[in-house]
Amino acid sequence: MKPRLLTSCLLFVVGLFIYSGCGNATNQGALNTSSAAEKVYVAPGEHDEFYAFLSGGFSGQLSVYGLPSARLLKIIPVFAVDGEKGYGFNEETKPMLNSSYGFIPWDDAHHPELSQTNGVPDGRYVFINGNNTPRVAKIDLSVFETTEIIEIPNSGGNHSSPFTTENSEYVVAGTRFSVPIPQEDVAIDSYKDNFKGALTFIGLDDEGHMDINFQVLVPGYDYDLAHSGKGKSHGWMFFTTYNTEESHTLKEVNASQNDKDFIAAVNWKKAEEYLAEGKAKDFPTSYLINRYDETTHTATSITRNSVKVLIPEECPGLIYYLPTPKSPHGVDVDPTGEYIVGNGKLSADLTVHSFDKMIAAIENESFEGEVDGIPILKFEDVVAGTVASGGLGPLHTEFDAEGNAYTTFFISSEVVKWKVGTWEVLDRAPCYYSVGHLMIPGGDSRQPWGKYLVAMNKITKDRYLPTGPEMNHSAQLFDISGDKMELLLDFPTVGEPHYAQGIAADVVKANSKKIYPINENEHPHVIRQEADARVVREGDVVRIYMTSIRSHFTPDNIEGIKVGDKVYIHLTNLEQDWDTPHGVSVLGANNAELLVMPGQTETLYWEPTKPGVYPFYCTDFCSALHQEMQGYIRVSGRGSNVELSWSVGE
Amino acid sequence: MNKFTLLFAILAVFMVSCGGSSSENADAPPPKSMVENAEASEDPMANKGVGPIESLTLAPEIDQAMAAEGKEIFESLCTACHKADKKFIGPSPQGIMSRRSPEWIMNMILNPEEMVKSDPIAKKLLVEYNMAPMANQNLTEDQARKVLEYFRTLE
Repeated sequence: MKPRLLTSCLLFVVGLFIYSGCGNATNQGALNTSSAAEKVYVAPGEHDEFYAFLSGGFSGQLSVYGLPSARLLKIIPVFAVDGEKGYGFNEETKPMLNSSYGFIPWDDAHHPELSQTNGVPDGRYVFINGNNTPRVAKIDLSVFETTEIIEIPNSGGNHSSPFTTENSEYVVAGTRFSVPIPQEDVAIDSYKDNFKGALTFIGLDDEGHMDINFQVLVPGYDYDLAHSGKGKSHGWMFFTTYNTEESHTLKEVNASQNDKDFIAAVNWKKAEEYLAEGKAKDFPTSYLINRYDETTHTATSITRNSVKVLIPEECPGLIYYLPTPKSPHGVDVDPTGEYIVGNGKLSADLTVHSFDKMIAAIENESFEGEVDGIPILKFEDVVAGTVASGGLGPLHTEFDAEGNAYTTFFISSEVVKWKVGTWEVLDRAPCYYSVGHLMIPGGDSRQPWGKYLVAMNKITKDRYLPTGPEMNHSAQLFDISGDKMELLLDFPTVGEPHYAQGIAADVVKANSKKIYPINENEHPHVIRQEADARVVREGDVVRIYMTSIRSHFTPDNIEGIKVGDKVYIHLTNLEQDWDTPHGVSVLGANNAELLVMPGQTETLYWEPTKPGVYPFYCTDFCSALHQEMQGYIRVSGRGSNVELSWSVGE
Repeated sequence: MNKFTLLFAILAVFMVSCGGSSSENADAPPPKSMVENAEASEDPMANKGVGPIESLTLAPEIDQAMAAEGKEIFESLCTACHKADKKFIGPSPQGIMSRRSPEWIMNMILNPEEMVKSDPIAKKLLVEYNMAPMANQNLTEDQARKVLEYFRTLE
């Protein structure tokens, strides 16, 4: 079918769908509302069965929900500053947002991915990618805080990321935009000559620290999504590509010309052999690793100046291309590891490849061509089947534990359930509106928990009370325990919840910390008892060593600060009970508050600009005497001789 | 039945159901007030408080090593509110061993939330100390026992 004809057909079908959708406006909810309400009801004081981690998208953060109630439990700041928690504002977390371009207060978060052991989410970490300035973050689920962010060099948009291997040996980062590697000043229309892609493999050491083990240099396509092999296909990582046309402008049209693009299959165990043989080239570059230490409560940045790169032409057997129709978006591997689903987003059908057939084709060297040293397998040699669903615009697929797959269709706005192996369509459920990713707890792992499906929709329109032109994106919860999917609940989300991950709550909640033990606090400016509270001047740097406990700060009267001083308030929260943070904020400080957890130390930086007496107070309602938890800092003129002094209760 | 009659009927149903529920509660005791019951009448030394420590016998001699450890724990976790030499946010522990039973002291350290709710002395102290409830600093029983030994040195 010629592209233009296909487009017209698509438009016609979409038109039909929209038309019929409007007619059905009265039937856009759960079929049996009282039974649906019971299924999502979690009684007051009871806990949800699952944690769900939803990407905050362009908020840059990660939202934590409980399922099935859809209670919002927490928003974890990751790639964007967050005044609520002082993240990116206090001295301790500022380095988390460092990059080789300096401090960046925002990014676009896309895909949360739980760490795995033996192919099953293990509840240790959630990884999430920053798409705009390529980065990957790691959130530690014992504290639900971002503890590491690594920058990805040689990448132009970190989209096919951060999908993990079965034991989190690696999380990956494939570039959505190819760029000159290494970066250089060239004409954009020299794309085909100068632009390349990089597939990055980030390894985790025994302490869980991330660093880049290697990159694979690939042709200048757009690398869209990824998922690792599992079970028998463990050792392989699959990436979708589009723009195999290598267009650099009007990609809407120009990157949709080829009938097939590729799924790239990378044999990372082979890559390890090549690395051990010294086949990798050191490419000079610059990238940062920002690590937050839970003992010093402080982040530091490490700079790396080169990265190991494997070049396919020099490394036979490292990577193959599987032709896959129509700009495949998601690539999803079923729980057995045999089937690799290509969600051809400009098509009506899904293409499913067979891992066994892929291995046989590689062994038979049955190639239809080669690009930059990467063999292209023959489509008919690797394809296992096609799901002819009748839907339009397939994007993503997840799996349950009963051998069923669930695929989202953006254009026809629905989830389609089909049988893995027979490719038979079993059920379909409309989404409101325009569903992107979906999530089933454990649905991209070897052992899905199943039970629920969350559809994450791109368009909200009339689903909630209107809130002006901007509407929060909508998510929808389905019960998938029966033969038919049953819509239970709509709930609004933060930013754009591209992807999500779900995990049985029991795997996570037992490890959740309640406090930081004060005697383990190794912050360079900690004071472990109130008697050590003091104010120290070194030139124009003034350090206030302050403590908090219900309901006072020590010291709470400070004099001798001068205009132009660089004031650091190092607040240690002496509380040792769960959920007893204290905040602090200072009138006129060009900064956010601190929000200090029990046993933690954080630092507020302030440069006073005018003489006067400045109140400060606790910002987190802490006790019956919270309103009394306050103090004063006297700021004198630059030439003043008011002596430095501090006190409490005098 | 016109609209007015219907409305009246509905109102009547509401009134009956409200009246019913209040008469049911008429015999129940009024809700407890933390403040009005805060009278400690019993011998304080006989009050062991509420919490994990039911019975504790102290050796005749103070264990000085244990007391030294207790002092360290006290200074780190308690001195933000309790000063050994004066009344501060909370009372001074000076002489406490002659005012309270050892069980009560440890229960107050280990179980302050329940103590200020149900122990008569703790309730009275909460009022006396400006409604600033004692923070639970999550001491272990072992740590609390050492702090108690330190208190024995504060006669």
